[in-house]
Amino acid sequence: MIKFIGGIHPPANKHTQALPIEALPVPRPACRVIIPLSQHIGAPNETIVSVGDQVQAGQLIGQNGKAFVSSPVHATIAGKVVEISPKPHPLGQSLPAVVIQSDDDQPEIKWPPVTTDVLSQNPTDLKNRIRAAGIVGMGGATFPTHVKLSPPEAKPIDTLILNGAECEPYLTADHRMMLEHAGQIIKGVQAVMHLLGVKRSYIGIEENKPDAIDSLKQAAANTDIKVVGLKVKYPQGSEKHLIKALLNREVPPPPGLPMDVGVVVQNVSTVYAIYEALYLGKPLIERVLTVTGSGIKNPKNLRVRIGTPIADVIEYCGGLTGDAGKLILGGPMMGMAQYTLDVPVIKGTSGILVQTKSEIVMGGYRDCIRCGKCVEACPMLLLPYQIGIYAEKRLFDEAETTGAMDCLECGCCVYVCPSKRPMVQMIKHAKAAIMAKRRAAKEKAA
Amino acid sequence: MIEAILTIGGIGFISSLGLGLAAKKFAVYVDPKTGAVEQALPGVNCGACGFTGCRGFAEAVVAGEAETNGCLVGGETVALAVAQLMGVEAKPVAKLVARLRCQGGRDKSRLKYHYLGIDDCQAANLVAGGDKACSFGCLGLGSCVAVCPVKAVSINADGLAVVDGGLCIGCGKCVASCPKRVIQLVPQEQQVTVLCNSIDKGPLVRKQCQVGCIGCMMCKKVCPAEAVTVDKFLARIDPQKCTTCGECVKKCPTKCILMK
Repeated sequence: MIKFIGGIHPPANKHTQALPIEALPVPRPACRVIIPLSQHIGAPNETIVSVGDQVQAGQLIGQNGKAFVSSPVHATIAGKVVEISPKPHPLGQSLPAVVIQSDDDQPEIKWPPVTTDVLSQNPTDLKNRIRAAGIVGMGGATFPTHVKLSPPEAKPIDTLILNGAECEPYLTADHRMMLEHAGQIIKGVQAVMHLLGVKRSYIGIEENKPDAIDSLKQAAANTDIKVVGLKVKYPQGSEKHLIKALLNREVPPPPGLPMDVGVVVQNVSTVYAIYEALYLGKPLIERVLTVTGSGIKNPKNLRVRIGTPIADVIEYCGGLTGDAGKLILGGPMMGMAQYTLDVPVIKGTSGILVQTKSEIVMGGYRDCIRCGKCVEACPMLLLPYQIGIYAEKRLFDEAETTGAMDCLECGCCVYVCPSKRPMVQMIKHAKAAIMAKRRAAKEKAA
Repeated sequence: MIEAILTIGGIGFISSLGLGLAAKKFAVYVDPKTGAVEQALPGVNCGACGFTGCRGFAEAVVAGEAETNGCLVGGETVALAVAQLMGVEAKPVAKLVARLRCQGGRDKSRLKYHYLGIDDCQAANLVAGGDKACSFGCLGLGSCVAVCPVKAVSINADGLAVVDGGLCIGCGKCVASCPKRVIQLVPQEQQVTVLCNSIDKGPLVRKQCQVGCIGCMMCKKVCPAEAVTVDKFLARIDPQKCTTCGECVKKCPTKCILMK
């Protein structure tokens, strides 16, 4: 088994891995969903509904007709549009969102009939249907899937990799998906292989999920799909490290992408959404996420409609414990801390983690003692302490030449730092400054 | 002894010969005016003129690429001196100073979360726009302090950036460094300023801050000189029209208009 250098072994804390996926019931009394118009990386959407409109679940409410790198959004419950205004978004800013008040009566959703003979259809049509279904990378990056599935002709793809590593501590949503929807995931993989015209496909799963490996191996019997167990190590689920572990190929530094080495990587939940879009005609209106952490009374794996406020989800899980201290959307390593429970679940929300006050580090950080632990832990072979110090001293050119832009923001360096230095924040700060400088240079040239 | 003197002396002589020849052969012509103009400049190398320091500005002026009144720091005197050196007519310079348009210190404004990251406003702004509930207010982590070439900016006990109007040279570096753009360059003689930057609606401002402009239009109503405009729930005062009568300062319900 090929390993990558660096990485860490945080406690797994996968407390919810034995809990089957439950559906969060819709509607609940006075239920509102807040659907941000942009839940993807790329050009923002414009709304095509107005306040007072009656909408059905699955109805298109926002799109961007011009840009290719964008992804439409759909109403996720039947109800009335009551507000279109900026609302808190998990990314931090307030962004335009459509608020829908649920009808008391939620009719059973009937999706338009689609031809289920997916494997004989034209790849371009399939891509258009994936785009129309609003599918984005559901591991958290939210990059529009149809763009990822449209590599330029100069870069031929020979392998599809399915990412089932789920290396983030606490999260078990993908694990449950692989156990409960193995057949559908395999159908989705076959559809994507057909669409890309590739013959080879791997599903990479960390070895701490033997039941998921078995379940997918069974479902993938008699196909070209290989299910491979991976060493348990964070960040095994990073695209670059997954490719290194499975194929021993190295993705070049940014702007290098997996397609430069002939690979497309998709998350298991994304492929499940592709299955639903192609075989059932269902757009992306719900997702499975893990609600967990010591700050949650009854942790669960839940299937939740996109746009459901976090407060409603937590309430369904018994609410917060008295000493709840920090809310994170996503996993503890790469997730985003939130300051309000009003933010909604979006397409990229893989988990809701609430830590107690005793579990979080409050208070400042200390000076770097040059112990080099972060250098050993960095899976990108960078010098996190050095980039951090440069960023702190606002020496952004030096940060750039030291490789700030290569950073994955995986958080291994901060995890091992004895001085508790927030190096990821420092590097993000440097990245923002470098990007601003590049934009300015580009504008000057133009 | 004598050999050593001759050897070292010889090496010295040959080297100096080489240097002398090189200096003649590779000499770059420098307009004598450049040095004179540079002498006339304040010499803080702040870069506010848009060139790389005072030397860069001097070269640009001599080459005709910059106006003689381009040095904001030097003001009228320097503009006059430079114009005389260049043999052209002096143009007027508006002396500007930086002013923070926020009074929402720690005790007057609400926080939305507890920020634990690095002491840099630009970095804090990446985390949900900083810890202040008001998304337009001063974060008080000192990005402006770090860039000020003359140490005119400091963070006071309330967590607000204070500009010393006497020291400020109006270079605008703090304005560019502020992620909230809450520092503004204003004419030095401007007496009455609205010290708020929030374009949120009144009720929201009320919830976030005790001293924010709520867009109530009171100042506009009482102003006899029609110097006040209220756009997007934020009052703005035209210094050209303002007669410094102080009516708006008296009437402002949140005391966010200040007279120096």
